[in-house]
Amino acid sequence: MSNTPKLTLGPLLFNWPVEQVTEFYGRIAKLAPVDTVCLGEVVCPKREPLLGGTLAEAAGTLADAGKEIVWSSYGLIADEKELAATRDLIESFDGLVEANDITALPLLQGRPHAIGPLVNVYNEGTLQWLVRRGAMRICLAPELPREAISRLAESAGGAELEVQVFGRMPLALSARCYHARAHGLHKDGCQYVCDKDPDGMPVDTLDGEHFLAVNGIQTLSHSIVDLSAEIDELLEMGITRFRLSPHKVDMVAIAHVWRDLLDGKRDLPRARRIIEAVAAFAPPSNGYFHGRPGAAVV
Amino acid sequence: MSLRALELVCPAGTPASLRAAVDAGADAIYLGFRDETNARNFPGLNFSRDELAEGIAYAGSRGAKVLVAINTYPRAGNPGPWTKAVDDAAALGAWAVILADIGLLDYARQHHPDLRRHLSVQASAANAQAIRFYCDEFGVKRVVLPRVLTVDEIARINDAVEVETEVFAFGGMCVMAEGRCLLSSYATGESPNMNGVCSPAEHVHYEERNGQLVSRLGGFTINKFRDGEPAGYPTLCKGRFRACKRDSYLFEEPVSLDVSNILPSLMDAGVTALKIEGRQRGKAYVAQVVSAFRRAVDAAARGERPDTADLSSITEGGRQSTGAYEKAWR
Repeated sequence: MSNTPKLTLGPLLFNWPVEQVTEFYGRIAKLAPVDTVCLGEVVCPKREPLLGGTLAEAAGTLADAGKEIVWSSYGLIADEKELAATRDLIESFDGLVEANDITALPLLQGRPHAIGPLVNVYNEGTLQWLVRRGAMRICLAPELPREAISRLAESAGGAELEVQVFGRMPLALSARCYHARAHGLHKDGCQYVCDKDPDGMPVDTLDGEHFLAVNGIQTLSHSIVDLSAEIDELLEMGITRFRLSPHKVDMVAIAHVWRDLLDGKRDLPRARRIIEAVAAFAPPSNGYFHGRPGAAVV
Repeated sequence: MSLRALELVCPAGTPASLRAAVDAGADAIYLGFRDETNARNFPGLNFSRDELAEGIAYAGSRGAKVLVAINTYPRAGNPGPWTKAVDDAAALGAWAVILADIGLLDYARQHHPDLRRHLSVQASAANAQAIRFYCDEFGVKRVVLPRVLTVDEIARINDAVEVETEVFAFGGMCVMAEGRCLLSSYATGESPNMNGVCSPAEHVHYEERNGQLVSRLGGFTINKFRDGEPAGYPTLCKGRFRACKRDSYLFEEPVSLDVSNILPSLMDAGVTALKIEGRQRGKAYVAQVVSAFRRAVDAAARGERPDTADLSSITEGGRQSTGAYEKAWR
């Protein structure tokens, strides 16, 4: 295994029109210096039929461009239909599957797999248990502070640890669809209103301050985590993978900024200028890493 | 006709509440140690080791069991408080421990194989496959089901898995998948998983502004109340927010969960135990809710319709919900 730090493009969390999804991954395949692309609907199983074979086609295009493909499982598996779909996914794909719900773990027994940021890995005991069972890559939850990340990296054995360094942070999942609720609809008759907000629906306080973003059953941060200033520390701890979470912005530009940073071209002010200009729809934050509120900027 | 009564699992934040719950007819009491190993890590609450020993003796003498919740996630670099909590619960004779973390479940299984292990709601095991996984890997005997399931889904789980299930019956209600929610730490830096607190009081501020009472958590406004409007505690997911140009309780209204009128369907669904939320509540509240549920559970076991009138006066904001147990909630 090479020690070069790797860039992962996380799964697309939002409900985009099919043609935009195709165009997005086509551009990533051609232009983005990422090593790995996670595909798959993580948030809402109801969206999957809308996509049809789009992601499978994207997988072909991305693989042809030399990208490693990882399939990400649902974040919340509640009923038999969702379980069956997860089983189908795991049986039909030979590559690495990322479990985002504990439910996927027994299905992955006996084959190498990845653990996504929606699975709770807070300590060495859990990490080592998962690694013994075949987890070879673990993307940590956003709320872990530097001390925890560092301890986990020390005890990861041969597994790769990944940290999300760009994008809105996943904060919660629910049985209830807040997109539907905000539009006066029920989850069963949601009319797919989550397609109105390509980066999530703004949730503001009653003072008009931006606070959170709703994406169907998921709640995200309003702010965009940006750990570019923490890159030296993360590398020193032994973090080998860096995750960019897709947004409707120029993700190719974001990927280039991060590739440069990881390749040692550490012009941090320039990097932050580009990140803030490209992802201008929300401010950056890095509080969690520093043991502060996730929304904070340190 | 007499059916097997649902086991009543009741909260105790203090020794006085434990005695009140036992005296009011609790079958089991759940509680936590006085530190961040449990998900109600509030000042002035919870049990020392001595208090646990006394509580187990008191409950035991009246036929009730004691369960110790060690249901936060051990901290990387410092698992000691969590493993010690499991060791001490075992040594003091707790009937069961309620755990959420995989590493801690593995520890308990290896070091205390005879100590009964329940899966905390904080593990959010929401389907038969996940539950079977915890049973197979860690010998879990009972699962506290997430509040995201409908009664039909609970019935299917009980058909599919040989495990006892416990469901939330009354009190505060999480609208997010439990143990997978970082909203509190996003605003305050402290979370249920890492610190055992949600929307903690030391981060709450109230201020008067233009004749309105404004409640804030961390730096964020969670709600505003007009003169005379009852001001609820600013739990983040129960706040009023602006989305789609409309101010509303976007995530959930400030309601309490109350399943007392669906007890027969929960029994039909194969549920073993009912859990009453509220370790942060006083002993008078605990006594009142436990005795009302004792009567309701016994009535349901006799095949009678439970009378629940006395519960409606003590729910949050006077409003009740059966939550996700009915599909329309979603």
